[in-house]
Parts: sequence; C-alpha cells; structure tokens
Amino acid sequence: MTPLPQNVRAIPDGHLPGGIIKLAIMAVGGQGGGVLTGWIEALARSQGLAVQATSVAGVAQRTGATIYYIEIAQADGGTPVLALAPSAGDVDIVIAAEMMEVGRAILRGLVTPDRTVLIGSTHRALAVSEKTAPGDGIADAEEVRAAAEIAARRLILADFDQLAVDAGSIISASLFGALAGSGALPFPRTAYEAAIRAGGKGVDASLRAFDAGFTAARAGGADAHPGEAPAPAPPSPQGPAPLLTAWQRLEDRARALPAPVQGMAMAGLQKVVAFQDPAYGAEYLDRLDRVLALDRTGDHALTRQAAKHIANAMAYDDVMRVADEKTRSTRFGRIRAEMGAGEVMQLTDYTHPRGEEIVSILPAGLGRWVHARPRLVAWIDRRVNRGRRLRTDRLRPFLQLWLIAGLRRWRRGTLRHAQEMRHLEAWLNTAMAQADRDPAFAIEILCARRLIKGYSDTHARGMSKFDRVMEGVACVAGRKDAADWTRRLVTAALADEDGKVLDGALRTIRSF
Amino acid sequence: MAERSFKAEVEHLRKGAGETFTGEGILAITKALLENGVGYVGGYQGAPISHLMDVLADAEDLLTELGVRFEANASEAAAGAMLAASVHYPIRGAVTFKGPVGVNVASDALANLSSSGVTGGALIIVGEDYGEGSSIMQERSHAFAMKSQFWLLDPRPNLPSIVKAVGDGFDLSEASGTPAMLMLRIRACHVTGQFETRDNRRPPLTVAEALSAPRREVSRIVLPPMSYAQEQDKIANRWPAALRFIRDHGLNEVFGPDQAPVGIICQGGMYNGVVRALQRLGLADMHGNTQVPIYCLNVTYPIVPEEFLGFCAGKDAVLVVEEGQPEFIEQQLATHLLRAGMPTRLHGKDILPMAGEYTGKVMLDGIEGFLRRAAPDQLPAQVRAPNAEAPVIPDLSQTVPARPPGFCIGCPERPVFAALKLVQKELGEHQISADIGCHLFGSLPPFNIGGATMGYGLGPASNGAFDGGRAAGGGKRPISIIGDGGFWHNGLTSSFGNMTFNKADAVAVVVDNFYSAATGGQDILSSRAENPTKATNHPIAKALRGIGIGWVRQIDRTYDVARMRDTLREALTSGLPGPKVIVASSECMLNRQRREKPRRAQAIREGRRVEAPRFGVDAAICTGDHACMRLSGCPSLSLKTLDDPLRDDPVASIDHSCVGCGNCGEVAEAAILCPSFYEARVVHNPGLWERRLNRWRQAAIGWLMRRREQRRLRFGGAG
Repeated sequence: MTPLPQNVRAIPDGHLPGGIIKLAIMAVGGQGGGVLTGWIEALARSQGLAVQATSVAGVAQRTGATIYYIEIAQADGGTPVLALAPSAGDVDIVIAAEMMEVGRAILRGLVTPDRTVLIGSTHRALAVSEKTAPGDGIADAEEVRAAAEIAARRLILADFDQLAVDAGSIISASLFGALAGSGALPFPRTAYEAAIRAGGKGVDASLRAFDAGFTAARAGGADAHPGEAPAPAPPSPQGPAPLLTAWQRLEDRARALPAPVQGMAMAGLQKVVAFQDPAYGAEYLDRLDRVLALDRTGDHALTRQAAKHIANAMAYDDVMRVADEKTRSTRFGRIRAEMGAGEVMQLTDYTHPRGEEIVSILPAGLGRWVHARPRLVAWIDRRVNRGRRLRTDRLRPFLQLWLIAGLRRWRRGTLRHAQEMRHLEAWLNTAMAQADRDPAFAIEILCARRLIKGYSDTHARGMSKFDRVMEGVACVAGRKDAADWTRRLVTAALADEDGKVLDGALRTIRSF
Repeated sequence: MAERSFKAEVEHLRKGAGETFTGEGILAITKALLENGVGYVGGYQGAPISHLMDVLADAEDLLTELGVRFEANASEAAAGAMLAASVHYPIRGAVTFKGPVGVNVASDALANLSSSGVTGGALIIVGEDYGEGSSIMQERSHAFAMKSQFWLLDPRPNLPSIVKAVGDGFDLSEASGTPAMLMLRIRACHVTGQFETRDNRRPPLTVAEALSAPRREVSRIVLPPMSYAQEQDKIANRWPAALRFIRDHGLNEVFGPDQAPVGIICQGGMYNGVVRALQRLGLADMHGNTQVPIYCLNVTYPIVPEEFLGFCAGKDAVLVVEEGQPEFIEQQLATHLLRAGMPTRLHGKDILPMAGEYTGKVMLDGIEGFLRRAAPDQLPAQVRAPNAEAPVIPDLSQTVPARPPGFCIGCPERPVFAALKLVQKELGEHQISADIGCHLFGSLPPFNIGGATMGYGLGPASNGAFDGGRAAGGGKRPISIIGDGGFWHNGLTSSFGNMTFNKADAVAVVVDNFYSAATGGQDILSSRAENPTKATNHPIAKALRGIGIGWVRQIDRTYDVARMRDTLREALTSGLPGPKVIVASSECMLNRQRREKPRRAQAIREGRRVEAPRFGVDAAICTGDHACMRLSGCPSLSLKTLDDPLRDDPVASIDHSCVGCGNCGEVAEAAILCPSFYEARVVHNPGLWERRLNRWRQAAIGWLMRRREQRRLRFGGAG
C-alpha cells in the first residue's frame, strides 16, 4: 500500500484502509449540496489528488433527503479504486446541512466514534410530517445532539444556515468554510478560497459565508444550547396616565400571587388587557383568585396552568382582535424589516369573513334573534362570504380594518363574548369541581383548552374535539387514573386532523 | 430549456487526442460517442440519464458540424425505433433512456430490432434506476437482453472503463450484427473522474448520405418466414460471433493471483464495491491489487463459458456478486458448471441478499461471510476475532422524520392538489389514479391523493375499469391525474384516446407545467418556450379537442385554488356524459425562477421598477392549528416556536426562500382557514408619483394608528 506523504495528515488516527479519505454530504434537495460537492472536488484536484464524487440527481432531489459522496486519494502509484456510495462505519468526514440530516447520518451508521468528524448545521428545515401535526410535531433536536456527541470523533455544530444568510449567501458556502476550519482535510485555507473563486458565481458573498463558517468551526461550533436563558421581566407598558394607574393596580395584584404563578399570570394579564382593557384584566385575576383558593397542589401547578389557559380563553380570536392585530404600527415595522423593504411596500391581507362572524359581533340579543333565523343567516352569509384581499397599505382598506378594530369597546356586549364566557365558565367549573379531590385531573382538564384554536372550520373541529374530550372526562371522573386518561385524550386529539385517534381512545374509555 | 445548462461543459466535447477530460460519467459517454464515429443519437430523458439528453441538446452545434443527427424522441419507444437506421445502413447509432421503465416502453422496438439484426453498431445506453435514489419499481433490464438476445455491457464504474465500453459496445454490435445495451447504475452516471480523450470522428456514412441512397434487405424484415430464419441466425451465427469477440478482445477482466482457493465473479458495475469490501477486510490495497481473484464481467450477457470455467478451475468455491433479482447470471453459471461437471462450489444469492441494492455494508457482510465459509484462513485475525466492542449509539429511528421528495417551493402543482383535497372534503373520497412525474408527490402527505401509478402516460388509462361508474349507478366519477410529460409521451393515445373511444364518464386532470419537469425541465410539444430546433407551443387542450373530447377546461393560473376547486366540482357533478378534462397550466417554478431571478436582479441593478412579492404570517393571529400545512407542504411554509409561555404549539412562519407564488394565501382564503397570511410586495426603484402617493398614504395611516395607540396601553413585545 502507498503511504500518504508528509503533507497529507493521516486521517484519522491512522485508520486508513488504503489511504482514502471518505466524505459524505447529507443535504435536503435545493440546499446546494451539488455546489459544495463541486468545490470539494475542485479543491482536492487542485492539490494533485485523485478524487471521485457521486450523487443522485433527478426527482430524488426535489426537497427530499439527498446524499453526496466524495473519495479523495493519492494520485501517484496508479489509479485508486474508489467506492460510489458511503458505507456504514467507513466515513471520515460527514457534513450534514440540517439538524435532522445530522440525525439521519448517525442513524445510517455513517458517523462512528473511531474516525468521523461530523460538521452539522443546527438549523431546522421541517419535514412535512412535523408540520402537519395539529399540535407540536417538531422532532427533538436535543436527542440528535446528544447522539452526535457520542457518535462523532469530533463534532462541530453551528447554525451554518444563519451564518450564510447573514452573509447573503447559501449554506454550501458556510459549510465549505466549516470544513476548512475543522482542519479535517490537509489543505490550506487559500486553496479552499481558490476553489470558490474558480467556481465564478456569487464569489464575494460565498467568500463572506465561507469566512463565517470557518470562524465558527475554529471556535469548535459556536452554538449555545438554546432555551437556557431565563425569560426577561416584561417591560412596563406605556400609555395614558389613568390606564397606567389601572395597570399598576393589576400588576400589584399579580405580584401578590405565589411565586411559581407570577410569570404566567403576568403574561396572561398582559394578553387579556391588550385584548380588551384593564377591567378585563381584573376579571382575569378574579378568576385566578378563585382557582388559587381551591388549589391544593404544593407548587401551585393548578393555578399556573389556569393562568395560562384562562388567558387564552379570554383572549379569543374574534374579528375585532384580528383587525386590531393587523392595524398596529409595530406590525408594519416588523414586516418592513423582515422583507427588507425600502420606501415602498405593498401589503395585501388575505381574509375570508363569513356570515357567522358578522352575526357573532352583533349585540347579544340581536345576534341571538338573527341566529335563530337560518334563512336570514344564510342571506347575510351570501352577502359577505367570499375571499377579500385588502391592500392594507392603502387608506380605504386600512380604514375598514381600523374601524372594525375600534368596535372592541362594544365587545363585551356581543353574542360572541356571551358564548365565549359561557363556554369558559363551564370548562373552568368542570375543572374546579375536581380541584379538591384530584388536582392532577383538574390540571389536565385545564390543559384540554389547548384543543380550541383556529378559525371557522378548524375552530369548529377544535371545539368538537374539545367537547369529545370533555365527554371522556365525564366518563373517567372518579377513577384513580383520570388525569392520565385525560392527558392521553388530549394527546390523541392532537395526533390527527379528523380526530380518528381520539375516537379510538374514547372507545377504550367507554369500554371501562 | 433544461433545468441544467451544459453549455460550458459542451466545450470539453471538442477535446482532441491526448487531452484530459474531467467531469461526470454521463458527459464522458457523450464524448465517447463522438470519438467512436456515431452517426445519430437520440433518447428520452429520465433520471439518471437526463443529463445525457441535456448535453446532447446543448451540443447540437457540434453534432451538426460532425454530421451527427440528434433527435429528442417523443418516447423510449420512438428512440428504440430510431435504431432501425442501423439495420440496413452501416451507421452507428445510440439512444439513451432510463431502465427498466424506459426499456419496458422501448421493448417492442428493441425486440424487432434484435430480430432483424443490425449492420451498423446500435448502442442502447440505459441508466438503471435501481437502489437508493431510485424513483421507480425495482426490476432489472437484464431480462430484456435475455429475451430479445441482445448484448449487455456493464462496465466498471470509472470514466476510462465507461468510455472504453462505448467503443467496445459498437464493435461488439457490429461484429455480431446485434444491438448492444450499455448499462450504468445511478451513481455511475453521475460519478466524476478523468480520462484521456481521442479526436472526434465524423461518421463514415452520415444519415443524410444514407437517405440519398436507400437500401432494403428482405431478410431483415420481421415477417415469416424471415422471422424464423432470424431466430436461427441469432443462435447459429450472432451469438458465437459475440462470444468470440468478447473473448478475443478481452472485454471481461481478471484481477488478482492466478492460483487461489476461492474467487469472486461480479458484474462490472459491482467491481468497486467488491474491491472496497476486500480493502476493508485487508485483502486488497487502494489500487485494487487483490489477494482474492476477481472475474469481472464487463459483458454480463452473454456469458463466455470457457472464460468462466477457466476461472473456476482449481478453485474450491466462487462467489457471484450480482445485484437485483432474479439471479440470471448465477443461474447461467450454475448450468455451465453442472454441464462441465466441475466440483467448484457456487455461492451467490445463498449468501448475499436476493433483493435490494448491494450497498457497502451488504457487500462487506456478504464477502466476509463467503470467506468465513469457503476460505476462513484468508481472513486476517482482526476480522476473524474482533476485539473491540463498538460503543452504543442512541437509536434515532423514532426521532428523525422521513424526508421523501416533494413539491418544490412555489410549485404550481401544489394548488391543484389543495383544490382536489378541498373538493373531496365536499363530495367525499374518490377513486383517483396518478401517472408518472412530479405530480405523483401528491400521493404523499400532506395531500395523500392517488393510489396507483401504472406507467408514463397511463394515468387515465389505469382508471379504465372504473369508466362509466356513474352510468352504472356508482354515483361518483373516477379521477385521474397526468402530467404534460406523460400526456405527450403516451397519454394522448393510450389514455385520452382510450377515454374518448370508450365514452368514459370520468374526470382527468392534466398538470401542465410547460416542461417534462420531473426529468429536469426538458421542452415538450406544449412548452411555452421558443426553441430554435424543436416545435413547441402546441396546446394540450387543442390536442384533446382534436381527438373528440368536448368537455375541456383550460386553467391558466393553477394558484387560483378557488377556481381550480370549482372547476373540479363542475367536472365531478356535471350532468354531461363523456370524458371531462381539466388542463391546469402554470409554469414549473424551479425553471421559472432559474430564468427570472437573474433577470430581476439585473433589472433592480439597472434602476428599473421591480415588484418582489413574498408571503408572511402574522404570528399573533396564527393559532398554531397547522391547517394550512395540511393543504400546502411548501418547504418555505414552516413552523416557529414562539417565545411566549402562553402558547403550547408552534405557529406558521414563512422563511426567506418564499418566491411569492401565493398558494398559501389562496388556500387560506379558499378553505376559509384563517386571516394570518399576507403578501408583502417590496417595490424596488419606485417612480416619483408612486413614492409621493405612498408617503401620503403612510402619513394618513400612521396618524390613525398613533391616534388609537396613544389611547391604550402599549406592551413592548405584545404588539
């Protein structure tokens, strides 16, 4: 066998069946994995080495997981025989352009502790299955990170996508920089940069991203564990003096709550006051006080959950709230910044009001009267039910939304408000009825509120799931494992859109 | 215009003797064709040989200079039929398509061609789409060579071997009067490397010259009694000629020591994998110097018995490494061994798996297993008794989500499937069949639409049994989906002709994205682009009317989800009998962006007014129910977890990759999902009046906002 010359570092730890460097790139179609492969190939060739790259082009690349493979070997002493695909346990360098692709590389056995340098980007490009779950279906990146720490000989993790975007380039450039920074290949940095220059497209931006990737890799992957920083205290609000005085009173009340409840209660208080007014905040705190009086949990877990879900229930999504959110100055500023807009930006809001929503903001009495007349409701629906695109950057459409938002001062008198409050009380009472005997059960009943979300059909489906879970709650009440079952029902309800899993769980419960 | 341009690479095709070519396997083949004096080339695109067609299309100038005719055939059958030019004329011809599906389509022509026999070398270059990364059913093209008696080359997967196989294929074809197939697996098509070039050669007889001096030979016509004579000729003359040529020119190779207790027989395409396994077992070095002899079949059909038996002589056992099933080669070798009465034990699919790709792991385990059984002394001690315990790596199989291919960002097919999903919510589930192409991604989540795919252009035909279901009292009409590629490949006759003739009371949707998009964006008859060498702009709707379909609806903007849904509803509920076809047309976004993005950047640089649309989601309004995801699946429409303790579920979010197609907003509107979506259209280089009007508007709007906000409590983050 031909030994590697001095300038080629024995990769890694002398484990070299034939002196071949094996490098796999795991990417998502459309990420530019082919560009990265081309650069690495040109780089190795410029160093006088034999190199072979392979990929799978075509339809497999359309947004799916895809893999590129490169082998590099000494060119003198004959033509080396190189493999066309990576093999488990036989890869020196893995570059994964997304966090779950890091996981996939490990899953496929391409990352092994004896030899593999693993360079991975921590950003997420969510798979369809993660996005479509009605609840939180996002895969656990921490599990992948933990596995990577065991599986890799050396691990370099950073958000290389963000580094590239900040540099105005794409991830292939920052990953190429990370490969250089890792020192896993025995080539000087200038050789890498020459490969980018030889490519000839978007050279400056690529070099900037390359540098960012290089630096991050040198720092060993400059990526702090997310979610560790404690939430900062909410800033005090601004506004007219009488409102601020009213707010201060509410804040004092919230601060008097037990410590474990305070954070959530403050967040909830802000939400309901922003939704309506300080008096509404007082109602919120009254409800919390009611829960607190019945709370037998040591750490006030019941009140904490109540603080969260009562706030969400009170700040329901009606037409006024949507119009209000759409006409705030902070929104326009945020969108401008996100889009990188200059002076002129057109803004079109996609809305589709239905007759029901209009009826629901009528005064409760009138609303009920209309509601009881299906033909009238249908007539109203025919008048309003169609997609409306509002050019909110123009005065007249903006004014429409602005006026609707202004209706919120009459919100308490609307049919929708009456319905929401009735529903809220019924739910809260069901939970509180269990607070004394089975606090864990009461907490789970509160958490079922999570199911109610969305608008129109989605909202109706959420409501129906919530109602069915409540039926289940009635069935299991009194059982030792009532809390467990309720939690299972909520999980089942979030598993699919139509609630088939939930139906299965309910059948089980009814069989008791 | 294809997805990838090879204009730069085409220059490499002009290289002369002694120069070095660096590039992809598929380009190397193109160069080899020119070096071997090919007279005409053609084929049909499809992974993994799409690039070959793209290179040929981009190289038309060079081909014309050399007097080589290039045809972008309408289908593989058309490509196969084109090889007829080599039957009577001593002209070398080559066609390319993917295998085995393309070979299926071409098999009628190939069978006739094989029976007739050829005068000029006829080469069929097949990209065998098998194993990881494949998008089709898992079968072997090998069977076609056996049934039609043409020869199958399977070279070692490196550029010099592949290039040599092209010349060998032509020579073998001419020496035996039989077409030859050159088979390359997916990765071999895209493998990069180098080889030393030779000068390009003009064909000794061009097709233009042949046309002016026509020939015919009755014995070549496939009709009795000639067809009987042709079968006898295959066995009595062409086969022995092929064996002689293969043996005399050493097309197959033997590596390693002459004397050894065991040996390995492999397809050429498997050679690198075999050597890698031996390298890992410490039995070969990086240059392939092996301690275990290897008989490498660069020609896998026919087998040369003397060569094979010679290799087996003196060996206790041999292992056949043959990917795919059934094990055609191994069965033939077994016959030869048995007939020769040899004592050598034959292993193959008893140790290696019958089905599936021979990956590095499979190969390592298989060869190690073979040596353990047949020659344990050959294995190094480290392999025989490994002393290191592998550390336990956490199992991520439940964590890492599957990521199958899907519709691209801004794909115009997505709204078609969103509309189908919506119409099914109203009218109930329907019998839906699909075709081949990008639209087949609609069968995956989040759409889950379509339960069958029977082949290219066969979508509506595969609903044949269900036609008339409504008349028969079934109530619902069957729906089929077909792409524009499938429509022109075979669909017009096999699917729509079938529907018309049988008065099918069924609905078909033609997804027209202006290209053969899944194969890489090649032009087809209905493409909107002006192509200097091809006739485009032939509307699909016109073809449908031409064959007698009256109910045709043309939709020119598929992103109009509501219109799409309403048209589908009309097709499914209309009282009219007969086929109902919706042509849903919008340009493939991948190709559109490739064309428009540089133009837009240029326009912005030059100070022209440009509107750049992008979509967004108001996080405060999105409730995290993800209903929009279940009707979209766009990669740029994703989720983000808010830093808000009150929220359990992540909310929708659109990232910077959005191309502003509008599908998500249209879906939210049509399905009445939620009012969270907005389109922000950044205007670059606005005009003076536009800026003035905008300033005035923003001043008025700003005044209204401030007026309200000054009278309420404002929370920093809650805005």
